[in-house]
Amino acid sequence: MSEVTAPDRIVQSARSARRSMIVEFWHYFSENRGAVIGLVVFGLLVVAAVFAPLIAPHAPNTQYRDSILLPPAWMEGGNSAFLLGTDQVGRDILTRLLYGARYSLFIGIVVVTLSLVSGIILGLIAGYFRGWIDIVIMRLMDVILAFPSLLLALVLVAVLGPGLTNAMIAIALVYQPHFVRLTRASVMSEKTRDYVVAARVSGAGPLRLMTRTILPNCLAPLIVQATLSFSTAVLDAAALGFLGQGAQPPTPEWGTMLAEAREFILRAWWVVTLPGLAILITVLAINLIGDGLRDALDPKLKRS
Amino acid sequence: MLRFVLGRVLVLIPTFIGVSIIAFAFIRLLPGDPVMLMSGERVMDPERYQRIMHQLGYDRPMPVQYFDYLIGLLSGDFGTSIVTRRPVVQDFFALFPATLELSFCAIVFAVVLGVPAGVLAAVKRGSFYDQAIMSVALVGYSMPIFWWGILLIILFSGILGWTPVSGRISLMYFFPSVTGFMLIDALISGQSGAFRSALSHLILPTIVLGTIPLAVIARQTRSAMLEVLSEDYVRTARAKGLPPSRVVGLHALRNALIPVVTTIGLQVGVLMAGAILTESIFSWPGIGKWMIDSVSKRDYPVIQGGLLIIAAIIMLVNLIVDLLYGLINPRIRHH
Repeated sequence: MSEVTAPDRIVQSARSARRSMIVEFWHYFSENRGAVIGLVVFGLLVVAAVFAPLIAPHAPNTQYRDSILLPPAWMEGGNSAFLLGTDQVGRDILTRLLYGARYSLFIGIVVVTLSLVSGIILGLIAGYFRGWIDIVIMRLMDVILAFPSLLLALVLVAVLGPGLTNAMIAIALVYQPHFVRLTRASVMSEKTRDYVVAARVSGAGPLRLMTRTILPNCLAPLIVQATLSFSTAVLDAAALGFLGQGAQPPTPEWGTMLAEAREFILRAWWVVTLPGLAILITVLAINLIGDGLRDALDPKLKRS
Repeated sequence: MLRFVLGRVLVLIPTFIGVSIIAFAFIRLLPGDPVMLMSGERVMDPERYQRIMHQLGYDRPMPVQYFDYLIGLLSGDFGTSIVTRRPVVQDFFALFPATLELSFCAIVFAVVLGVPAGVLAAVKRGSFYDQAIMSVALVGYSMPIFWWGILLIILFSGILGWTPVSGRISLMYFFPSVTGFMLIDALISGQSGAFRSALSHLILPTIVLGTIPLAVIARQTRSAMLEVLSEDYVRTARAKGLPPSRVVGLHALRNALIPVVTTIGLQVGVLMAGAILTESIFSWPGIGKWMIDSVSKRDYPVIQGGLLIIAAIIMLVNLIVDLLYGLINPRIRHH
């Protein structure tokens, strides 16, 4: 009887250990007021992005030619049908901002996924095998890091052609070295630990050792870096859009909206102020979450 | 020490070769071939096309082309602009002082405000000051600077009318460029009001470009300071009865500044990326605007050459920071 229950109990205790880890993590994370605020704002952004077609009062590209550059509803001359006013061709700004959340979150997710996955793979290979393959990978990453990120992304977009997809590929490529370095460093420090040696002795192959044994124990810094990259990806994509090399008009991407509205800055402040505010709030929320994650996951800071 | 310096320089060589390969490959990765790109919309007869291909060496094997490119680089040949027909290096050095002046002012702005703010936040940890400073720093760190620049223009140029919107100096002043730095040239020229005009043009771009470094430096100073303040020697200094200002200013700050110096050095890359946006907003005639203009005009030799020169400068500055770091901190040197 006991022979049957023993593995069950192990599984159960592993499960409860994981649960207590999550509880402990949440305890530290929720103590950070800023992080919780960031999480709430981010949640609202996700809701706005997912349900944009349902929430938005208008269609993002419909031009109301008789209501051009209307100020927000609470100002003189505002119209309650256009809560945050209209832009230079009469499109509803609130609608475009809501749809813009889709683009920014989508960009963040794609960029982080691309750079995280490719960075982890390269970092695992470099840190696990060392030798010439490590040298080649790391020198390549040094080369990418030698360029300012926005400049390299800009030049890559010049090669690939302007547009959202190419901008995302370029930004992902530029962020990848950070993930490679982090993964490699943690793999190297974990590789000689007893549990890895034990797994190897019991016959685990390199692939299993890398992905199942070592990787889960390197995740904390990667999660923090992923969050920070998410916010910089949103910023850089908006910057590329602003420079005319990212998403192309009439896409309601926040940076592109700003670029289109630039000539009206002194006539209609809302056309430029609101998309920028949306970028700032998004990036700020994600950075708050990132700071909270770092504090909650960093064992060095936990003692206090 | 010599071994340390030599080691750091040697590490850079493969990186620089990699950077040059990227710059070399860049123009060849473009859709279409370089000669077609240069001819633009014009139709070219096949014979002439072959001749130019041969003249420029594009019909030779890639490794040979790369080798020629590298030799050209070493003799200072970074290509010729399609638009201005001038050597890329010449254009670069004509525009570089503008970016250097702006970047220098931005980093001074960031250090002068950021270091004291970080120290204050660390010393008064958990207080209202700490929370306020760190909140502002987080906002600065998250700031889309292209939007920040526009906001400042709306407020200070549009509503208040205090500062000019763009350029480096008012058009009513004209004097020969001696150093390339507008502030210095304006002083040398002796024209009354010229310096004031140059300064007023510089204020907003400085704030915009300095914002992110300021936030990073304030955060870094705070955490470095907190770490140092919990060290035993600081406790000892306190226990000896030294006044707090002396403990913080002399004992703690000096050691806390070591990682901060590295952070400041690492801001060069941030500054170059920021310069692209800042210069584009304020029509500042520097390297950043030059690069973005070249991208939109598809002036490929300029993009290629500019990319390489900028990367080389950043590598050089990082090397200097690295060496300085080794100089202040012997532990690194002997590692």
